[in-house]
Amino acid sequence: MTAQLAAGGARTSRQRRLLRRLPWWIAAVFLIGVAVIWIFPFLWMLSASLKDNLEMFTAGLQLWPKKFVWANYARAWNDAHFGRYLLNTVLVTVITVAIVTIRCATAGYVLARYRFRGSRVFLGVLIATLFVPTGYTIIPVVKISLQLHLIDSLAGMILALSGGAYVSAILIYYGYFRQIPKELEEAAVVDGAGFVRTFFSVMLPLAMPVTATVAVLTFITTWNAFFLPLVFTFSRPDLRTVSVGMQAFVGETATDWSGMAAAGVISILPVVILFIILQRYFVEGISGAVKS
Amino acid sequence: MTIRSVHVTRGETRSRSTTSAHGRSPARYGWRRTTWIWIFLLPTVVLYGLYTIYPIIASYWYSLVDWNGFDQNQTFVGFSNYREVFSDPLFWNSFKITLLFMVLVVPARVLLSLLLAIVLNSPKMPLIGVLRSAFFIPVVTTTAIIGVVMRLILDPASGPINSVLLKFGSGGIDFLGDQHLALPTAAVLYIWKFFGVTMIYWLAALQTISYELIEAARIDGAGTWQIFRHITLPMLKPFLIIITVLTIEETFHNFDLMYTLTGGGPYFHTEIIEIYIYRWAFAASIPQLGHASAAAVIFGLLVAIVGAIQLWAVYTSRRMRGADR
Repeated sequence: MTAQLAAGGARTSRQRRLLRRLPWWIAAVFLIGVAVIWIFPFLWMLSASLKDNLEMFTAGLQLWPKKFVWANYARAWNDAHFGRYLLNTVLVTVITVAIVTIRCATAGYVLARYRFRGSRVFLGVLIATLFVPTGYTIIPVVKISLQLHLIDSLAGMILALSGGAYVSAILIYYGYFRQIPKELEEAAVVDGAGFVRTFFSVMLPLAMPVTATVAVLTFITTWNAFFLPLVFTFSRPDLRTVSVGMQAFVGETATDWSGMAAAGVISILPVVILFIILQRYFVEGISGAVKS
Repeated sequence: MTIRSVHVTRGETRSRSTTSAHGRSPARYGWRRTTWIWIFLLPTVVLYGLYTIYPIIASYWYSLVDWNGFDQNQTFVGFSNYREVFSDPLFWNSFKITLLFMVLVVPARVLLSLLLAIVLNSPKMPLIGVLRSAFFIPVVTTTAIIGVVMRLILDPASGPINSVLLKFGSGGIDFLGDQHLALPTAAVLYIWKFFGVTMIYWLAALQTISYELIEAARIDGAGTWQIFRHITLPMLKPFLIIITVLTIEETFHNFDLMYTLTGGGPYFHTEIIEIYIYRWAFAASIPQLGHASAAAVIFGLLVAIVGAIQLWAVYTSRRMRGADR
């Protein structure tokens, strides 16, 4: 008797709980549908990169290719030079990330931990220029790169990209180093560490999560940069990055859609993989803008 | 964390640092310290100074000269570039389109992403991780490449969207080639591309609302709607200001998508100011760099005005948050 009652009670409460959960599941199913439409352009690109051009023009929304045409990738890689563009992009991105991360870490550190003549002005200028668009600075940047003989070179592109707006990265480091208790620094000084050792062996290792965030954000910004690489490679097609190369591909062979789709996959896949692996740091970096 | 608490700890650390840590020969220590400080700042001073600060200042000078190509001489002409820019209907066209674009995308990005963020913030929602990632993925992909791929997808003759429309018997739509459709289409694509950023902003804002507060309200008998109306919304209000202004600032950085999608066409109907500048400086057969610089300076002022509003807004919202506590 009692057992029966208990079982009945359990069932209704479970049913009730399921019932209460039901609207959420309906919402989830609905949102999954929206999400599929949301990422449709990527699915289409992936599918187009594996069809031959004839099939693609007739397939409409049919995503699964009848037969997989891997030759599209070979064409994008060799004939459209995306192998070369990818190498350029990797080179530019990796070096820029290294420069930006180091310069933002050191600047954020001294601004947060020390008061010196000009520190407030320095910070003020940084904040005032937080949102300078590339379209505003592009002409003087090109002019000065010409004067320094840095235009039409990857080195020039890297320097210009590293000098661009990464104020938010400095501010993220600034906010983090500010919170670290003074005792840690004092302990390092007592142990005989100087200015540089304190930073590199105590402070910077502590800031690893911030470094990861800054590196990931910078990586994606640089990989996706378009305006500067476009202007820096006008007369040197062999130095194009993938984003500029795609534009050129359309200009050269407007009909090879499968090749373009393959080139798109080659260019976008690395950032998507990076995002999936390091999602956490990426989200942290973006939400930092609201929290500060 | 409130701003006030940061200030308190900061004051403490500072006073202690002057008394205890650096006891030995303060003058010599200070000199060495200052040297190291500036060595640490050096890369930023050089790179940021050269590629951001100097260009901001130099633009003002360039806007006052006649200058037909990067290797040509500059001759001072006073404000005549500004007179030309102001009397160029296409400049005002690009100015109008930049603002119109902002009006089209900002409300959608801010408000729709709030709805999504609220749903994706609920602990009862299944599959949160997958959904968040899916809605976020367009953000990380290369804008200039998305622009090209979207041109294929929306192609009036053989793109997949139009092939479906044709199958259902309606005529094909030239989304990016039609004068009236091009800007709204670009706006929708822009919203799609950067929706995830605003969603993350909102999720960060929602996470500042403590779970205990909501639980307490629930125990007191508040329903889901009441909690949303009387707790969540009021607490989100200060964030609304910050997020709106951040989103507005971001719409100024739209060269990549517009340029690859439409190049400013058809007939300048999607020519935002950045493309206007690019056209005069890089795409013309005889570059008019003075003219382009004058337009750039005006554009910079527009961005700066919005930036000033932003600082004010952040300040106000901080006060609002402070008053809540």
